Amino acid sequence: MNADNNAWSRKHLLGMDGLNREEIGAILDTASAIREVNHRPIKKVPILKGKTVINLFYENSTRTRTSFELAGKRMSADVVNISASSSSVSKGETLLDTMANLQAMNPDVVVLRHPNSGAPHFLARHLDAGIINAGDGQHEHPTQCLLDLLTMQDHLGKMGRDNFEGMTVAICGDVLHSRVARSNAFALRTLGAKVRFSGPPTLMPSRAEEVFDVTVHHRMEEAVEGADVVMMLRLQQERMAAAYLPSVREYFRYWGLTRQRLELTRPHAVVMHPGPINRGVEIATDVADNPNRSVILEQVTNGLAVRMAVLYHLCTGAARSASNIAGE
Amino acid sequence: MDKAQTRLIRAARVVDPANQRDETADILIVDGVIRDIGQNLDAPADCAILDADGLIAAPGLVDMHVHLREPGYEYKETIAGGCRAAAAGGVTAVAAMPNTKPVNDDPSVTGYILDKADQAGLAAVFPIGAITKGLGGKEITEMGLLSEAGCVAFSDDGLPVMDSGVMRRALDYSRTFGSLVIQHAEDNGLVGCGCMNEGPVATRLGLPGIPNASEDILVERDIRLVELTGGRYHVAHISSAQAVAAVADAQQRGLPVTCEAAPHHFSLTDEAVADYQSDAKMAPPLRCLADRDALREGLARGVISVIATDHAPHDDDSKRVPFSQAANGVVGLETLLPVSLELVRDGVMSLSAMLAAVTVNPARLLRINRGTLNIGAPGDVALFDLNEKWTVDRATLRGAGRNTCFHGRDVQGRVKYTVFGGRVVYVDQNED
Ligand SMILES: [Zn+2]
Repeated sequence: MNADNNAWSRKHLLGMDGLNREEIGAILDTASAIREVNHRPIKKVPILKGKTVINLFYENSTRTRTSFELAGKRMSADVVNISASSSSVSKGETLLDTMANLQAMNPDVVVLRHPNSGAPHFLARHLDAGIINAGDGQHEHPTQCLLDLLTMQDHLGKMGRDNFEGMTVAICGDVLHSRVARSNAFALRTLGAKVRFSGPPTLMPSRAEEVFDVTVHHRMEEAVEGADVVMMLRLQQERMAAAYLPSVREYFRYWGLTRQRLELTRPHAVVMHPGPINRGVEIATDVADNPNRSVILEQVTNGLAVRMAVLYHLCTGAARSASNIAGE
Repeated sequence: MDKAQTRLIRAARVVDPANQRDETADILIVDGVIRDIGQNLDAPADCAILDADGLIAAPGLVDMHVHLREPGYEYKETIAGGCRAAAAGGVTAVAAMPNTKPVNDDPSVTGYILDKADQAGLAAVFPIGAITKGLGGKEITEMGLLSEAGCVAFSDDGLPVMDSGVMRRALDYSRTFGSLVIQHAEDNGLVGCGCMNEGPVATRLGLPGIPNASEDILVERDIRLVELTGGRYHVAHISSAQAVAAVADAQQRGLPVTCEAAPHHFSLTDEAVADYQSDAKMAPPLRCLADRDALREGLARGVISVIATDHAPHDDDSKRVPFSQAANGVVGLETLLPVSLELVRDGVMSLSAMLAAVTVNPARLLRINRGTLNIGAPGDVALFDLNEKWTVDRATLRGAGRNTCFHGRDVQGRVKYTVFGGRVVYVDQNED
């Protein structure tokens, strides 16, 4: 685990937008190498001893927070969890106030989950620490994307490929509100994959084709036909209340991943989902539980490895930049 | 601040669009009123002399869309502070929007604003009354009493009048007093939680977008109501190409429909939001290049007859938050002239036509005795160097609100002196 991945020199991980192949590769390589730690009898290495990581979560996400927490602890960092409900943020204290207090703890990395798009970019302008975007509004979720990429990479052999070039990935569901869809679309295009978006027109971002260089298919059959990967997105039930959709049963009828639709994909195709799954809403139970197709649990496992890799790069990189390079 | 109300402005290039004047001349102001304009005028005894050689003398600028924030939001800006910003921008007359606390929906509030402005003595303030009580969108205000108290127009600016029946009554009722009804044209349902223009930039940034249709629909609806009522209707801060087309069409049909554009809308696009710049957050939002170009064309053709800033000062706390939580609005008084001069240099408008859009045109819409260098008019003059280059720097702005979207922009044209009622109320400190 010596600093052999020089491709990564950024202080922050704000999104996949703008990352190049080498940078993505550096994180994935580190993640592949580091995940062995999680299979040792003593699952702890001293790489980040003396480093402080703050998990600052303005939205509930037990999975992501736990994954970051465990990632930091397995590398011996001091990890502090702060959630909006247990601090003064719910009493009108602004993000900037909170950050001023956090600055006093002199963290090396702050992991931020926030309901507003761009919140981590805002922090990055005002705080010395490296910032990891753990999901901002309907913008990006880069570590979820990286774990998706690692999972896909693990299955390249099964698909008869060496890399992502030419792979077809269908991303289906509520693309409009999905940071996972955005991050994956940016990264997959960078890596040379073909991306298709599918979902109802009310849940598709404006000008998606031109912004993400994808094709948009309102009929899901079109999107999954011949796909190597089907990535299902989580549907928030409040979209029904906000009248983006008439009903769950109609949604499942036209945009749910059923066995019939899965049969349209390549025989080796894998099914992904960022979790937690809504069974019978975005995905049929028999598909979700199909061990030959579903890689949903592998995604969770890879999430830990990817977050360890990101923390490693940012902690060591941030230290580098603080001591050697003035300013940035 | 000097007290002399009798003054000779010597050897300026006098550009007065209202009188089609563009010549080198002297301007004599006696007791705060323009007495004479001509070559080699004699200075009366004890007359202060201002040497304006090399400068342009235009009528003091008229900005018909300004938020002064007082009463109620003095932590953002005060009437005196807003007038200081106006003076620094060559603006001697501002129309003040009614979204204060309390709202200017009562003659007592109108009177308060006028008193405060008098005390400041830096610019003439013309209050705009609310269309509906408390900006509630339900019941129309006492437009007659408010007009008598000094309101020059009516607007619920910041909020659209969404109810078509209410808007119909406002346009109808206002005819009694000949008042202008100014609409903030945005359909709430289409704005939703949107916080910037809908389009590729919003999609990339993951910010909820606002489509042009939100503006177009309300403008087109209101034009139908103008047909029905005959009220005088004005679109505030027009931003979309289709809305400009709708106004042009209404004007073709002879309807009393006008509109204004703000410098940020005709000089920037939604690219200015990139990296979540909260100073570029405004309502309506910065649109795409085609819209920006349509605004320029509308200005060139005279469909858009007024340039107004929508000067909206905010305290730092309202802007130093993540983009979608940030307050809407941008200051504009101090950058009005140089940014508008870009239209002249880009060949969109002549200097005279551009100056008409910030002087006589808004004054005529509001029916106020400003915006000209007529003999007998108030002695309000903006003196500026057409060619001086400078860089906008938020730190040097005079108003309390420094939320400018032009920070760092290289501009040309600088106000050197502002004369209000014969008195010099602003001198450029950076001179030499
Ligand atoms: Zn407005």
